[in-house]
Amino acid sequence: MAHWLRTVRLSIKSVLLHPLRSTLTVLGIFIGVASVIWLLAIGEGIGRAAEEQIASLGATNIIVRTIKPSADEMGDGAYGLTRNDYVRIVATVPTVAKAIPIRILSREFRYRTRAFDGRMVGCTPDYAEVTHLKIDRGRFISDADVEGENNCCVLAAESATHLFPYGEPLGAKVMVDDQFYTVVGVMKSRAPSAGIGGSLAAEDYSKDVYTPITTLWRRNGDMAIVTKPGSFQRDLVEVSQITLQVDDRENVLQTAEIIRNTIELEHEMKDFGITVPLELLQQARITRLMFMLFLGLIAAISLLVGGIGIMNIMLATVTERTYEIGIRRALGAKRRDITRQFLVESTVLSVAGGSLGVLAGLLCRPMSVWIRMLLFHWFPESMEALPEIIRTVEPQMVSWSIPLAFAISVFVGIGFGVYPATRAARLDPIEALRRN
Amino acid sequence: MQADPSLAASIQNLSKNYALAGETVRALRDVSFDVPSGDYISIMGPSGSGKSTLLNLLGCLDQPSSGNYWLGGDDVAAMNDDELSETRALRIGFVFQSYNLLSALTVVENIEVPLYYSGRITPKLRKRCLDLAKRVGLESRLGHRPAQLSGGQQQRVAIARSLVNDPRFMLADEPTGNLDSKTTDEILELLRELNEEERTIILVTHEPDVAEQTKRSIFLHDGSIVSDERR
Repeated sequence: MAHWLRTVRLSIKSVLLHPLRSTLTVLGIFIGVASVIWLLAIGEGIGRAAEEQIASLGATNIIVRTIKPSADEMGDGAYGLTRNDYVRIVATVPTVAKAIPIRILSREFRYRTRAFDGRMVGCTPDYAEVTHLKIDRGRFISDADVEGENNCCVLAAESATHLFPYGEPLGAKVMVDDQFYTVVGVMKSRAPSAGIGGSLAAEDYSKDVYTPITTLWRRNGDMAIVTKPGSFQRDLVEVSQITLQVDDRENVLQTAEIIRNTIELEHEMKDFGITVPLELLQQARITRLMFMLFLGLIAAISLLVGGIGIMNIMLATVTERTYEIGIRRALGAKRRDITRQFLVESTVLSVAGGSLGVLAGLLCRPMSVWIRMLLFHWFPESMEALPEIIRTVEPQMVSWSIPLAFAISVFVGIGFGVYPATRAARLDPIEALRRN
Repeated sequence: MQADPSLAASIQNLSKNYALAGETVRALRDVSFDVPSGDYISIMGPSGSGKSTLLNLLGCLDQPSSGNYWLGGDDVAAMNDDELSETRALRIGFVFQSYNLLSALTVVENIEVPLYYSGRITPKLRKRCLDLAKRVGLESRLGHRPAQLSGGQQQRVAIARSLVNDPRFMLADEPTGNLDSKTTDEILELLRELNEEERTIILVTHEPDVAEQTKRSIFLHDGSIVSDERR
């Protein structure tokens, strides 16, 4: 033990003898180890971001939405999911724990002299739970409301402040078109959920007014008329969206497939889309893998180049110190003593580089913010084109990346030190002594 | 053919050949002599006579092409590399013409080096290093580097170093070759003292003055012994 400590101390001494040379030598290891730590941290960041996104959309949720087909496909203006689809899903798919039919309309809401444009969301009581909405005051829509087609509504927090900047909204009557809805509850505010590239736009809940879907159907019918200057459009939509909650995460993908098949039978127009938040995981995995490959390649190349650098400098050191090797051999050093001395020295070099790399790795978070800022400044267009998850990723340090980094640097030091060390040990002591 | 174990060393028909540019150079030809315990031998001869080759063989730095070299009761020719190293570490004290100190180490660190390779660094032995430094008169220079010392002082460090493992057998390769006459006398005095402690010393030199201080002189010429005289 004391033997090893002494060898290490000696090696550190001899490395410090050439500070500049040693620093340059370990640059490759430094970059390689830093890359490994960054790679793990960014991978972890992407993973966590995806997990959060999935959690916000509900990992067990399946979202079936009405999609407006192109005008010439449409005919009489009727398209989209139907009440029938909803009934069939509930009746035939056993893994569906909850199913919520949703109809969304754009409406103007008025209270006395105040008015604002918002989303009128017809839904059922489960909606609040499935979309993680929390009640602030009063209550959410109840089963009785749905059954009785009650003329009540629940306001999102921001909708409530718009209509009732002062005074209590509960019990007040909000006017939509020419009809009144009694406010029975106010929700807590909720951050918008993130979009999933292409298949689901980000959803903003801040301008919502919830009402029982049965009431909405009764009062508004299925027809929505959109008039624009010079055009008049009539849409017949029964259900905008059906949000499903599956009983178990295991069954999500399979259930999504069954539902696709169930609905497809009745919809030749392809006027619906299915989004499975769990599929985000897949996407995140691919993004993560991409990053890992990219940084992994950088790490591998740096470590290789760094290792070769160490080997090179160690060979030079062996040549430089041939005389010393001769003296040590004459004084009784065995071959393995010499091997050990040079192996320890190359390992000291690479571990020094590795330690610097770990330091740089710890600076990953602040530095990634910096780098992103600079990139946005220099290449705004190409940065905009990147997937959001990459643009916004927050690196998360992985605790075992530091021992891993050390292991890698020790491994590189030994791996690339073996040849120079063996060469040193193979020197003939008499020849070596003559090199004075 | 076991040698008499009471001898410090016994050399029997020792030969060493080198291949040099395709030709075989016979550096040492059938050299035989016995070294009784406590002897003080000088080996002399012109350059190329095989002095250094013989010393390398005696110092276990090299293996003979043929013949036997018994050190105590052990056949050096039969040893492998590790055993040779161990023999050098534990049983032989080396003193070189060019001192062969490690320039990056201090005086006391230089004296300690053989301890690392004999595998026994104890506080007691470290203290012995200090005692040896004192004995050769360098107690005030313990922290100095070799470059800060005179030639004579460096050779004293080398002698102290050779004594760390308390070898009974010492080899000196022109130990005074780089020194002035006054320092030469001091070093020779030190060697004489060591010989009086029953240490066997073999010393290579080409200076008759130095050889005169020894008990016995062996002359080499063209790899063979031409005379072996006891004073």
